[in-house]
Amino acid sequence: MTGPIHREESALIDRQAIHYIRQAAEQGLYEIRGMGAKRPLPSFDDLVFLTASASRYPLEGYREKCVSKTVLGTRYAKKPLELAIPITIAGMSFGALSANVKESLGRAATQVGTSTTTGDGGMTPEERESSKTLVYQCLPSRYGFNPDDLRKADAIEMVLGQGAKPGGGGMLLGQKVSPRVAEMRTLPAGIDQRSACRHPDWTGPDDLKIKLEELREITDWQIPIYVKLGATRVFNDVKLAVKAGADVVVIDGMQGGTAATQQVFIEHTGIPTLAALPLAVQALEEMNVLGEVQLIISGGIRTGADVAKALALGADAVAIGQGVLVALGCNHDSYRQGDQEQDATADYAQLGTAPGFCHHCQTGRCPVGITTQDKELEKRLTPDVGAQRLENYLQVLNMELTTLARACGKSNVHHLEREDLVALTVEAAAMAKVPLAGTEWIPGQPSNGII
Amino acid sequence: MDNHEKTRREKHFDLLTQSVRDVNQFLHHQLPASEIERIEIANPNGLHSIAAGMDQDVVIDILGHAGYFIAGMNKQAHVTVHGNVGWSVAENIMSGTVRVKGHASESAGASGQGGLVIIEGDASSRCGISMKGCDLVVGGSVGHFSAFMAQAGTLVVCGDAGPNLGDSLYEATIYVRGKIDSLGADAQEEEMQAADIAKVEQLMAAADMEGDASGFKRIASARSLYHWNSEDPQEY
Ligand code: SF4
Repeated sequence: MTGPIHREESALIDRQAIHYIRQAAEQGLYEIRGMGAKRPLPSFDDLVFLTASASRYPLEGYREKCVSKTVLGTRYAKKPLELAIPITIAGMSFGALSANVKESLGRAATQVGTSTTTGDGGMTPEERESSKTLVYQCLPSRYGFNPDDLRKADAIEMVLGQGAKPGGGGMLLGQKVSPRVAEMRTLPAGIDQRSACRHPDWTGPDDLKIKLEELREITDWQIPIYVKLGATRVFNDVKLAVKAGADVVVIDGMQGGTAATQQVFIEHTGIPTLAALPLAVQALEEMNVLGEVQLIISGGIRTGADVAKALALGADAVAIGQGVLVALGCNHDSYRQGDQEQDATADYAQLGTAPGFCHHCQTGRCPVGITTQDKELEKRLTPDVGAQRLENYLQVLNMELTTLARACGKSNVHHLEREDLVALTVEAAAMAKVPLAGTEWIPGQPSNGII
Repeated sequence: MDNHEKTRREKHFDLLTQSVRDVNQFLHHQLPASEIERIEIANPNGLHSIAAGMDQDVVIDILGHAGYFIAGMNKQAHVTVHGNVGWSVAENIMSGTVRVKGHASESAGASGQGGLVIIEGDASSRCGISMKGCDLVVGGSVGHFSAFMAQAGTLVVCGDAGPNLGDSLYEATIYVRGKIDSLGADAQEEEMQAADIAKVEQLMAAADMEGDASGFKRIASARSLYHWNSEDPQEY
């Protein structure tokens, strides 16, 4: 007879570590996966608003207007972007996403008056047609990048890095390199395709300045140029981007998602979005370009509260990737076909996962038809259903944002300010540089003696 | 051509008195509606982005040394630089020709998708990096990591090639007449076939370069990096 089983799990070699070591030992290759960092990190959830009471005056929720109009690219561009809401859709490639999804993004963005963004692999005609305001990414791979599409763009985003993999290149595994994707990228179909991590025609910040000027010359100085950075040495990188002539700086924190990269990148590089944002604002302040160069923050923004907190900390707008995918149906247990909901759990199981846990975008076998190039799977999300869900989601975010802004007494969401926030944890207080709730203490800053 | 005809068909710019922006604006907007067939741009003096974003079948002569991104993203135009150029001449070229009479700095013809780039002198490192279908003929030698990750198109080097030629090559082909310092990951030398000789001959003729096309070596991808390979993880 055996005695009771004693289970003392090692905090060091826990089940996750055992799984990791076992995989590495069996396969001899590192893990590649999609989505963003899964580990707990200080985030916007660790902040709360000090809404109005006696010392501040709130606005009436339903009667008084709260402006959410957002203008991006006022520094050099003759035609800055005017968006109805400060919530934009982050760059995601056709290739990573199906053509139906790209169309859904464009339609929903157009409907709510915001912008959507191309990705590695170029601009599809469906995407251009469905998006009123389209930001065209210039990535190191330059897959499908061409002057005709450049001239059709409403803004350019020069991508130096991504929050999920700062310093790393892109990756599209063979199963997703369909003939159409292959043609757009000038590559053989079915190969595991790598994207470079460095741009082919410039390297340092001095060259970047000249490169941005070339793009401006080609587009006749009409449209704004964004510079997107993965959040690492944010303070210095933002300064260099500003010096290089960016109209808009985009900072993507470590919670930002990807369609596929090494897991070691996703979990172990970059800094949390919460820490990155105040550093970027500080850099703009120091360069004296606050208000002249706009700031977009991305990486794990999911709710209207996240958006409001990002704006209060100094962002002009946010960009959302993973939240958008979840709105479309990512990690849902079913997908809609006509009026029917079809169960997708068996398809998740085939990938070795379950709804709520999936990060298998790299496989191209997305159970709900989002990150796939498979003709059958793609049908699981039609542009009509996708666009409607996303439109609803973006509307909710904006309603939550304006609700919080009004409660803080602001008639414009861009009037939200750092003073409206306090932190619930010491870490968040230190990173966001706002006081710990109930104190005036900001870790790392001289205290005025009031605790 | 009488003087009147010449004014109608030709235009002269001087970058000592005019800005690159003014010249480019003319090239993008006024030129297409005009009868101008030849443009001359004097005193480039190392300025950048001259004639970038062309989309017109016209002859452009840049009279002197120029800076970075000359004739970037060129379509249709036939641009000649009568001097040396800085980084990334004819980057992302789509069609037409860009000729450099002197030497070119780094990343000549980077990501070019079509058309022909000719460097009569030497090209520095990363020449033809990320090429996507353009042809590139270099009269002299090229520096390290040339044709890095080149996807499609042809690079012809009449002189020598520096270290790591064709690293991570996809479907582009490289021909080198002189010495190759070293090949990069996944690049291999292959036997020259009749079709290769014909291709080199054709490109040399298009580039107005002389010489025997049979003395070249052919470099192409071994395609061993096209799929994940756990036996050889360093290459990823
Ligand atoms: S459900 Fe689809 S989009 Fe979501 S993580 Fe899984 S594969 Fe990716």
